[in-house]
Amino acid sequence: MAIEKILKDDASEEKGERARMASFVGAIAITDLVKTTLGPKGMDKILQSTGRGHGVTVTNDGATILKSLHIDNPAAKVLIDISKVQDDEVGDGTTSVVVLAGELLREAEKLVAAKIHPMTIISGYRMAAECARNALSQRVVDNKENAEKFKSDLMKIARTTLSSKILSQDKEHFAQLAVDAVMRLKGSTNLEAIQIIKKPGGSLMDSFLDEGFILDKKIGLGQPKRIENAKILVANTAMDTDKVKIYGARVRVDSMSKVAEIEGAEKEKMREKVQKIIAHGINCFVNRQLIYNFPEELFADAGVLAIEHADFDGIERLALVTGGEIASTFDNPESVKIGHCKLIEEIMIGEDKSIHFSGVEMGQACTIVLRGASHHVLDEAERSLHDALCVLSQTVNDTRVLLGGGWPEMVMAKEVDELARKTPGKKSHAIEAFSRALVAIPTIIADNAGLDSADLVAQLRAAHHKEGCNAGIDVISGSVGDMAELGISESFKVKQAVLLSATEAAEMILRVDEIITCAPRQREDRM
Amino acid sequence: MALAFDEYGRPFIILKEQDQKTRLRGIEAQKANISAGKAVARILRTSLGPKGMDKMLQSPDGDVTITNDGATILEQMDVDNQIAKLMVELSRSQDYEIGDGTTGVVVMAGALLEQAEHLLERGIHPIRIAEGYEMASRIAVEHLEHIAQKFDFGPTNIEPLVQTCMTTLSSKIVNRCKRPLAEISVKAVLSVADLERKDVNLDLIKVEGKVGGKLEDTELIYGITVDKDMSHPQMPKQIQDAKIAILTCPFEPPKPKTKHKVDIDTVEKFQTLRQQEQKYFDDMVQKCKDVGATLVICQWGFDDEANHLLMHRNLPAVRWVGGVELELIAIATGGRIVPRFQELTPEKLGRAGLVREKSFGTTKDKMLYIEHCANSRAVTIFIRGGNKMMIEETKRSIHDALCVARNLIRNNSIVYGGGSAEISCSIAVEAAADKHPGVEQYAIRAFADALDSVPMALAENSGLQPIETLSAVKSQQIKENNPHFGIDCNDVGTNDMREQNVFETLIGKQQQILLATQVVKMILKIDDVISPSDF
Repeated sequence: MAIEKILKDDASEEKGERARMASFVGAIAITDLVKTTLGPKGMDKILQSTGRGHGVTVTNDGATILKSLHIDNPAAKVLIDISKVQDDEVGDGTTSVVVLAGELLREAEKLVAAKIHPMTIISGYRMAAECARNALSQRVVDNKENAEKFKSDLMKIARTTLSSKILSQDKEHFAQLAVDAVMRLKGSTNLEAIQIIKKPGGSLMDSFLDEGFILDKKIGLGQPKRIENAKILVANTAMDTDKVKIYGARVRVDSMSKVAEIEGAEKEKMREKVQKIIAHGINCFVNRQLIYNFPEELFADAGVLAIEHADFDGIERLALVTGGEIASTFDNPESVKIGHCKLIEEIMIGEDKSIHFSGVEMGQACTIVLRGASHHVLDEAERSLHDALCVLSQTVNDTRVLLGGGWPEMVMAKEVDELARKTPGKKSHAIEAFSRALVAIPTIIADNAGLDSADLVAQLRAAHHKEGCNAGIDVISGSVGDMAELGISESFKVKQAVLLSATEAAEMILRVDEIITCAPRQREDRM
Repeated sequence: MALAFDEYGRPFIILKEQDQKTRLRGIEAQKANISAGKAVARILRTSLGPKGMDKMLQSPDGDVTITNDGATILEQMDVDNQIAKLMVELSRSQDYEIGDGTTGVVVMAGALLEQAEHLLERGIHPIRIAEGYEMASRIAVEHLEHIAQKFDFGPTNIEPLVQTCMTTLSSKIVNRCKRPLAEISVKAVLSVADLERKDVNLDLIKVEGKVGGKLEDTELIYGITVDKDMSHPQMPKQIQDAKIAILTCPFEPPKPKTKHKVDIDTVEKFQTLRQQEQKYFDDMVQKCKDVGATLVICQWGFDDEANHLLMHRNLPAVRWVGGVELELIAIATGGRIVPRFQELTPEKLGRAGLVREKSFGTTKDKMLYIEHCANSRAVTIFIRGGNKMMIEETKRSIHDALCVARNLIRNNSIVYGGGSAEISCSIAVEAAADKHPGVEQYAIRAFADALDSVPMALAENSGLQPIETLSAVKSQQIKENNPHFGIDCNDVGTNDMREQNVFETLIGKQQQILLATQVVKMILKIDDVISPSDF
């Protein structure tokens, strides 16, 4: 008898070996795609969107690449998801996590072909991951106590992170920028407080960090262009026509003169409001919403600088830096906290005018102005800087630091190899495979740099058999070098997140023995 | 086809548009149904047990779910066949009733159908088979009661509960840290359980997940988490000994439900209206402050002015809190949900020892923790994990564990797992079969064989020789008259499930057998399938 159909028409079902094959192939394809971006000599990718305008992005950031891909393979989707999470959690290592998970699956594929059950592989991987994590946490350097040293650690991390990005030419400059910005946050991880302004023009070297705050707005007409010892009121209030908020209220009049009267009353109301605001004794007023011409004129008359339409983030940051509160009512001027700064002036960046607040009270927020030749360069620079800032802010919280350049992978691989030798049973194959997957990362870094990876990795492995070795791949000179001397460091938190989420994802994909794809939802064709 | 002839020999049609319908009847129909049921069972068979594999499901919108939970697999499978839908229904009802064993019940039903097919081939009438199954299931359920053990636990001795939850969790992807998760589940259930009435309201346990971190960071919070932040960025992030006003009215001017119009036609009216409006905001905030609230949680939004006034009076507030969360907060803090500002009184405020805002990761993700509540009966399990699928799967696993713990509190009888209960039932049913006169004897014996299929699948998934292992365990059970021998899935070295601490709940097992039998009976009784053709 014919086998009964259970699933819907377009749904498909893949079982056992075929399902496993499908997920391996998908995952490895994704890995191969982003593999070439890994390391300081990694290449970039051009992404062209299918949407309107066919916008082009040039990037080296794993998460950005993967986010823009349209993937149908479910296993590949898992990898994209871990890269996204890595981006949200620690900000960097988005490529590494995908590559490691892919390599783990590649090794697992071989083991499965050698008739080792996926469950055995998983338990081996688990043991190996645990062992690798312990190996790392034993070798960390923690310079929490020593502020001077810690700062140099941060510099090293920033340099390492940036060296694989477009900013690598000016990494010294940008590393300094990023470290300064993060140190100002004083341990908070709220990167919102760091504003990045992109202005095309000039070169990347012209980018700078501003201690104060730059608001990308113009000063209202006829108002002072420069204020010293400013008292700033940051507000979120309607400065157009102040609507009556009581529901259902409307104006109904029977003659033109009445309209004029009410208009007069409305004007009067606005004037009162402006008076109240001015009564706070301020000379700068920043509002999130629009300021209409009439109140603006009133402010100008009073010699108060009025800035309209600052976006919400801008307002929050401004409130942060100046120490004022965001006000919406103005009836008790004595209790509203007013922000202060030494100097407000209009400055020119490139060809555009911006408002610059300097000498602010609370140094928590700051602004980084990026300059560069084109929008693509600036976008990529922003992403790179964002990565660096994320890593640094996470490192400030978890101050443990590791060496970079393939050093952590080699340390882990060595420990995991030891474990494999001690473990009886089939699991040891899986543990060995784990160590091979770890070694794949320095291999890829070397390959991407056009070096003889087989030779280098072998040398590295030999070097690591000595105790307390600091050897890693020095991509610049193309040899094995001392990472501590070269000042290449990475954050422990990032490495740990890479290791754990890659293992988790690989395990998840390995456990699958059947893929059921439902029929795609029918979409109305809009054509 | 259903073609009949009238007295003159002319054919007439009974079914509407019958040439467009396909029809199966008699033994054909039964066989088709059985094979559909078996096909569903076959999909789930490999997910059974601690070494069971997962399934990857891609939804119509392209979202990926990876799971091991039978009910979830079937639910998302987008099944078209009617009989297969019955099986889906079956696993769902096990999920609603018991919460665990959703895979087992389908595998059991599949095995029963397979056995029935053999019997049908030998010419036994389906009703006789159904009756035989019914008898056998009764014997099995009674036998289960016989071999079940009661065990004692209390608020201090939670070990047995933890062990049972661990058995449930060990088949899931989270088995890496099953111990902590099992402890979390048991503690959560115990803290909301009413031990006197032996009842647990699982609605009081909220399971929240957030991607990031690792599975080990999963924690139990004696309080509530809300995925919201303070309405004003400069409000305090931490409040000690909070008195919480829980509001369902917005900080906005009232909107009367009857249609009305306020006409403004004079300047005076305009001004009075304006003053009223200002006063209104002021009153609202003052009212909250007057009753002594130190935190306002509101279901609706705030007007900018109100927001600033709150900030100004140093009254932190949270807006847009969902209805369910609001209720949980009310339960946890012992407060009352207040629909109108006028009704706010000090007694209606909820109390919590600590309210704090916590931020995650590099994006601006914030959550509000409400802890040390006056009434600690509402708890939250907060799951962390490497990716979205992991979190979803952990949520499902925790749900299973919670259900198991609840069932144990309702009825503290357990049977041993690892297939031992099934083997023992199978022996008992087999023995009973011989005593039974009549054709049903065959059906009862077939039932015993079907019971064997669960341990067989367990052994198969664990990479053991299924038939060899099963027969060895069975003979051991009979020889030593000890129903605790099962399949040693984890290769621990002993077959005695009592030593391995593998338990399952008695009601879960009983329900499995009863539900599976019922569905199989239903399928067997169908002898005619009429379905519209595809075109």
